[in-house]
Amino acid sequence: MDFATLIQLLDSSIRLATPLLLACLAGLYSERAGIFDIGLEGKILISAFFSASVAFTTGNVWLGLLAGVASSMVFALLHGVASITFRGNQLISGVAINFLAAGMTVVVSDSWFSLGGRTPQLETSGRFQNITLPFAEQLQGVPILGPIYHDLISGHSILVYAAFLIVPLTWWLLYRTRFGLRLRAVGENPAAVDTAGISVVRMRFTAVLICGVLCGIAGAYLSTSLSAGFVREMSAGRGFIALAALIFAKWRPWYALMACLLFGLLDATGSLFQNIRLLGVSVPVQFMQALPYILTVVILAGFVGKAIPPRAGGEPYVKER
Amino acid sequence: MDKMPRWADVALIPFINLLLALVVSGLVVLYIGESPLEAMAIMVRGSVGSAYGWGYTLYYATNFIFTGLAVAVAFHARMFNIGGEGQAALGGLGVAVVCLSIPWPHWSLALIGAIVGAAAFGAAWAAIPAYLQAKRGSHIVITTIMFNFIASALLVYLLVNVFRVPGSMAPETARFAEATHLPNAYDVAPWLGFSRSTPLNVSFVVAILACVGVWLLIWKTRLGYEIRAYGHSQSAAVYAGINPVRIIMISMLISGGLSGMMAINGVMGEAERLVIDPVQGAGFVGIAVALMGRSHPIGVFLAALLFGMLYQGGAELEFEMPAVSREMLLVIQALVILFTGALDNMVRTPVERLFLAMRKGS
Repeated sequence: MDFATLIQLLDSSIRLATPLLLACLAGLYSERAGIFDIGLEGKILISAFFSASVAFTTGNVWLGLLAGVASSMVFALLHGVASITFRGNQLISGVAINFLAAGMTVVVSDSWFSLGGRTPQLETSGRFQNITLPFAEQLQGVPILGPIYHDLISGHSILVYAAFLIVPLTWWLLYRTRFGLRLRAVGENPAAVDTAGISVVRMRFTAVLICGVLCGIAGAYLSTSLSAGFVREMSAGRGFIALAALIFAKWRPWYALMACLLFGLLDATGSLFQNIRLLGVSVPVQFMQALPYILTVVILAGFVGKAIPPRAGGEPYVKER
Repeated sequence: MDKMPRWADVALIPFINLLLALVVSGLVVLYIGESPLEAMAIMVRGSVGSAYGWGYTLYYATNFIFTGLAVAVAFHARMFNIGGEGQAALGGLGVAVVCLSIPWPHWSLALIGAIVGAAAFGAAWAAIPAYLQAKRGSHIVITTIMFNFIASALLVYLLVNVFRVPGSMAPETARFAEATHLPNAYDVAPWLGFSRSTPLNVSFVVAILACVGVWLLIWKTRLGYEIRAYGHSQSAAVYAGINPVRIIMISMLISGGLSGMMAINGVMGEAERLVIDPVQGAGFVGIAVALMGRSHPIGVFLAALLFGMLYQGGAELEFEMPAVSREMLLVIQALVILFTGALDNMVRTPVERLFLAMRKGS
C-alpha cells in the first residue's frame, strides 16, 4: 500500500466514523443516565429522512439539519415518555422506535416524493460543503505533512469537525461539571440523586433529549453530507455499530472516539479493498463487515477487559416502594 | 391482591393496545390522503376474503408462530431474545444442509430431518449468547443483536462462496430434491379452492404442534415450572435450588430452536432453496407477537394470525392503494410493539383504577 492510498483510506475512515461517533456519544449520554437506547438506529434514520427532505424543499441545508434534529428529538421524547414516565421496558421501546422509523420514512417519502422511498438528489445548496482549512492549498506541496493536512485533516464538512469537538466537550461536561456528576449518578444510583433533591425524571429526560440531538446530527450527516439525499434503510445498522462502539469504549468519551475510528477504519477497509490478504490468507469482505460485532461480543464476554454498564441502566426509577 | 379480573388482563388490555395502534396507523393513512376504513376493508378482504388470501395469511402466520413462541419461551425466563432473526437464518442453513446432503426417500422423513437440522442450528446460534449471559453476565439483548449481524454476514459468505451453484450468479443454494417437497394446501385439500402455487404447507401443522408443545412444557412440566419461577424471581428461584445457568441455557436453546424451525416453512416449504435473506424480518415480528399474545401459546397463535393478516393484507393494500406503501406494515408493527410493550402501563394504570373504583362502588 503506497502513501496516497493510506491517506485515502484514513480519510474515508474519518468520514465513515463520524456518524458512528455522533450516535455513540448520543448513546453515551442516554446510557450514562440509566436509559438503555437500542433505538439509536431509528433516530438516525428518521433524521436522515427529514434533513434530506427539508434541505431539498427549502434548498437550505441548515434548515434540513434543524428538521432532522427535531424529528430525532420527537422520537427521543417518545422513548423518554415510554421508559421514564410510564416505566415501560426500555429495550422494547427502542425496538419499536427502530421499526417506526424504518416504516415511517418510506411511507412518508413515498407520499411526498413518489420515488420508491427516496428523496430527490440534493443540489449543492442542499448539502454541507467540504471546508478547506486555512493554508491547506499552500502547504499541499510539503512532503508527508502536506498531504496529511490537505487531504486528511482539511476538506471535511463542518459536521465532521463538530463531531470531533463534541468528544472533549462531552468529557468536560461529564467529568468536570455538576451536571455531569449528576448525570452519571442518576445512571448508577438514582435513589441517592433523588435524596439529594434532584429530580431523577428531569435528569433522565435531559439525557434522552441530548441523545436525540446527537442522533439527529448523525442522521443529517448521512443524508446531506456523506451522500446527497435519503435512500431507504440508509442508516444500515450504524446505530447498532455505534452501540457496539459504546460498549467497546466502556461508556467513556475518549475511548468512544477510538472505538468509532477503529470501526470506521474497518468499514473503509472493507469498501476500499474487495480482497484483503493477511499473512497469505484471503480475508472475506463479509468477515470485515462482521468484525465490529464479533469484537463487541468478545469485549462483552469479558475476556479482554470487562465492560460494565452503568448500574441502574435499564431499570425504571420508582420513587417510593 | 388482584386489581382486576383475569379477562381484563388477557383480553381487554391487549385489545385496547391494539386499537390504539390501529387508530394511530389510521391517522397516518389519513395524512397520506386515503381513507383508513377503506384501507382496513381492503386488508381484511385481501387476507381472509379468499382461499388465495388465506393461503398467504396462514403461511405468514406459520412463520410468526415459530418466532413468537421463541420470544415467549425466553420471556418466561425473563430473557429478551432479540436474536430470532439470526437464529432463523441459521435454521435455514440447517434445513439446507439437511435437504441437500441426504437423499431423502420421502418428504415426511425429510421434514423430520429438517426440523432437527433447523432446531439444532437455531439453538446453536442462541447457545453462545446464552452461555455468555449465564456464565459471564453479558447482556443477552446486546449479544443477540450482534449475533443477528454476524449471522447475516456468515450467510452471505456461505451462499456466495460455498453453496452457490457453479456457473450461477445468484447467491443461493441449488434447488432441493423433488422428494423433499412438502405438501402444500393444494396437495392436501384442493377442494378448499387453494391454487397450486399456494405457499401454505404442512409446516403450519408443525407450528400448531409447537404451540401445544410449548404449552405443555411451560405449564405442565417441572422444567417449565422452574423456568417460570426463575422469570418471576431470580433470587427466590436460586433459593429454591434452581440452577440459573441451567435455566438460562435451556430456555435460550429452546427459544433458538423454535426460531430456527421457522425455516422449514419458508426455506423448505416455499422457496425450496436457501436464498440470501430467508427470514424477511419475521424474527422481529415474533417480538410483537409474543408481547401481544402475553407469552401464552394461544395468545401467540392468535397474534400470529393477526400479523399474518396484516402482512398479506398489506401486500394487497399496496396493490389497490398505491399511495400507501408496503412499509405501512412496519409502522403498524412498530405501534403494536410500542403500545403493547413499552407503553403498556399507560393503558393498564387507568384500567386498573377503573376496576378498583367499580369494585368499591358495588
